Amino acid sequence: MKKLNILILLFIIISLFAVMPVSAQGGDDGVSDDEVNAIARDLFCPVCENTPLDVCETQACKQWRELIRLKLSEGQTEAEIKQYFVDNYGARVLDEPPKEGFNLLVYFVPPAIILVGIIVLFRAFKEWQGDDQEEYEDSSEGSIEPKRASADDDYMAQFEEELKKKK
Amino acid sequence: MLPSLGYGILVITFLVTLYSVAIAIYGQAEKDGAMIESARRAMLITLPLITIASAILIYLLINDRYEVEYVWSVTNRTMPIYLKITAWWGGQPGSLLFWSWLLSAFTSAVTLRKWDRDRELLPWVLVVTGTTLAFFIALNVFYENPFKLIPAGVPIPLDGRGLNPLLRHPGMIIHPPAQYLGFVSVTIPYAFAIAALITGRTDDRWTRITRKWTLWAWLFLTLGLVLGMRWAYDVLGWGGYWGWDPVEIAALLPWLTLTAFLHSVMIQEKRNMLKQWNMILIILSFALVIFGTFLTRSGVLSSVHAFAESEIGPLFFLFIGFTFIVSFSLLIKRWPDLKSKIEMKSMLSREALFLLNNLLFLSILVISFWGVIFPLLSELFTGSKVTVGPPFYERATGPVWGALILLMGIAPLAAWGRSTVKTIGRAIWKPALAALLFPIFALTTGITNWIALIGFTLIGLVITVTVREFWIGANARSKNKRLNENLFTALLHLIKRNRRKYGGYIVHISMVLIGIGILGIELFQTDTQQHLGIGEEINLAGYTLRYDRLDQFRHEDGRLITRGEMALSKDGKYIETLAPRFDLYPDGQPMTIPAVRSTLVDDVYVILVNWEGITRESTPFKVYHNPLVKWVWIGSYLFVIGILIGVWKDEESKEV
Repeated sequence: MKKLNILILLFIIISLFAVMPVSAQGGDDGVSDDEVNAIARDLFCPVCENTPLDVCETQACKQWRELIRLKLSEGQTEAEIKQYFVDNYGARVLDEPPKEGFNLLVYFVPPAIILVGIIVLFRAFKEWQGDDQEEYEDSSEGSIEPKRASADDDYMAQFEEELKKKK
Repeated sequence: MLPSLGYGILVITFLVTLYSVAIAIYGQAEKDGAMIESARRAMLITLPLITIASAILIYLLINDRYEVEYVWSVTNRTMPIYLKITAWWGGQPGSLLFWSWLLSAFTSAVTLRKWDRDRELLPWVLVVTGTTLAFFIALNVFYENPFKLIPAGVPIPLDGRGLNPLLRHPGMIIHPPAQYLGFVSVTIPYAFAIAALITGRTDDRWTRITRKWTLWAWLFLTLGLVLGMRWAYDVLGWGGYWGWDPVEIAALLPWLTLTAFLHSVMIQEKRNMLKQWNMILIILSFALVIFGTFLTRSGVLSSVHAFAESEIGPLFFLFIGFTFIVSFSLLIKRWPDLKSKIEMKSMLSREALFLLNNLLFLSILVISFWGVIFPLLSELFTGSKVTVGPPFYERATGPVWGALILLMGIAPLAAWGRSTVKTIGRAIWKPALAALLFPIFALTTGITNWIALIGFTLIGLVITVTVREFWIGANARSKNKRLNENLFTALLHLIKRNRRKYGGYIVHISMVLIGIGILGIELFQTDTQQHLGIGEEINLAGYTLRYDRLDQFRHEDGRLITRGEMALSKDGKYIETLAPRFDLYPDGQPMTIPAVRSTLVDDVYVILVNWEGITRESTPFKVYHNPLVKWVWIGSYLFVIGILIGVWKDEESKEV
């Protein structure tokens, strides 16, 4: 906790220097809060865990938003501004890991595991269908109707039984 | 005196639990009934012991005994009594004690009720729950002592730090107990599963005994999730209820495996297949429960370094590893006994579709689990941390959720054993046609987003198919002269006769109602933030909000309240006044409380953006327009009703 406090403090001081030229109030430069938030919501503050920048309540994040405002008023694009933050604070400010290097694993491992799951399941299905395969195919063509063709029959069977009891 | 007594009782409880576990194992090995009876009684004593320890803690909390560190850290003098009581689970040591108390209560309930009927399984159930209990109490005894005194020589503080204001909300008061109840109750079916593995009773005895337990666990896990969402929506002030935060995902993970289990266990009951798979699912559920507690309690989320520094983090890690290795060793040992001849004639049979359902739920599990641990792996292997945020989860799980909804629309029409395209097609075409009314209606309201249109079609299908199931059953009953029921009583009797099935269908409908809300807020949420002076207006999504006044005053508990008033109107017609608030607590903790106007169609959600600095001349407001979000809560209520129908005692069993 103490470490975190020092980190936050350090961060505030650095940020203060970074935005020194701008005053804290915005709006006079023709950049709206919405334009700032449109970029801020895709960025994550590196000191407060898992909080998007547009709703983060710390002073540090406020300074960051002012920095975005400044850069927007200077005519920088969204991509340039995001790149600035990545360059200065690392890839963790992005809401998704960049698609390169080690980070590629985050995108490829789940589909790979799921694919293995699908293959295993379908091979198992094939195996389980086993010997009765032919008989089943016959019935699906309609020559022999399966005994209980739909879920409704489950209910009807139960219903019949109940009626019998009632008698 | 009292704190020492409390701690002493915890130490005794720990020893008694260890004794109970050891003597139960020994008694089983020696086939000595007296020893097992002694183990059972020892376990029953843990409940009054932990209850007394908890009562002492609550007494200390209520009476502002700040010489106790925990009391000082979670309460202060201005807190009302009910909040002081809930501070029991407001911090780490207390919440671990709360967990132990719940587990002890559940274990006692099991050992009291079913002992005679299942003498074979129960001693082992006791061993499993006892080991888990011993682990949690050990955390309290050795690392996180709730009765720890402030260091000697330091004067007793005059006032406490107080509970985090974010936690002083009704949602946060019931959310943690519900979440913990869900987590803890998963232990019971897991314990029975392990007992079945140890004794070799590989028939479906354990699933039958634990059916209700599993449903209760599912109910509480769901409640925990929903209450947490509601709390986030009402208190956190970021316009949503779910941010794919690791803590949220930690609660979702066991819910996913348990939902899969609830479906696949039916295959075991109906067709006597897939016993091995059900074992895997329940073992996973338990491991994920401990993992969830570990994630939220160990500090691992903030960084792997914090984890290494935390004392209990590595212990959780060891405990998960231990239960995992023991569970899977047992499973492998019993693997051949659990084998049964599997026949799956058709890929469209009910059991095949249930397996597909399992595949989909586990896919979401894989994605979420990987997303949560990836930042840790990245930090560990590359030294730099990354963020895996909402876009990742939404993109990856969105289609899977869609497939699950499609499955909910088809599976009720598939029969056990065999179904074909033909039989399902014959049953589905009418509901499918009716389901098209949903996207058509959406089109008439101007929605052209194709994801939304597909989503509404699938949701429509689930609703029409499920309603048809109710209709067919009720109609058949009411048409029958001998039963003499009108359509309404027929429907009630239908549900009564098969609570599990129809309770399940109600849960299906509730899920898609929640789906409507999620589609609404995910695809159509809009927002704007503006600095306003008095009299100025914000326009969003056809609504107008006029800023009328700003007040600032001090509440009796010391917090400074800043309250804005906005008149909400649409098409020039006044609707109501919304008053978003910003509370600043004496300890400097801020709290942003939104004002929400909620209807079935949309929510208008306003906050005072206190972090931008509030002045009378220029007050920053943020307004969110959240379409359809109320359906999330409506669906949640219905969900609870559905499960309650499922767990309610059957009339037949009462008669017996």
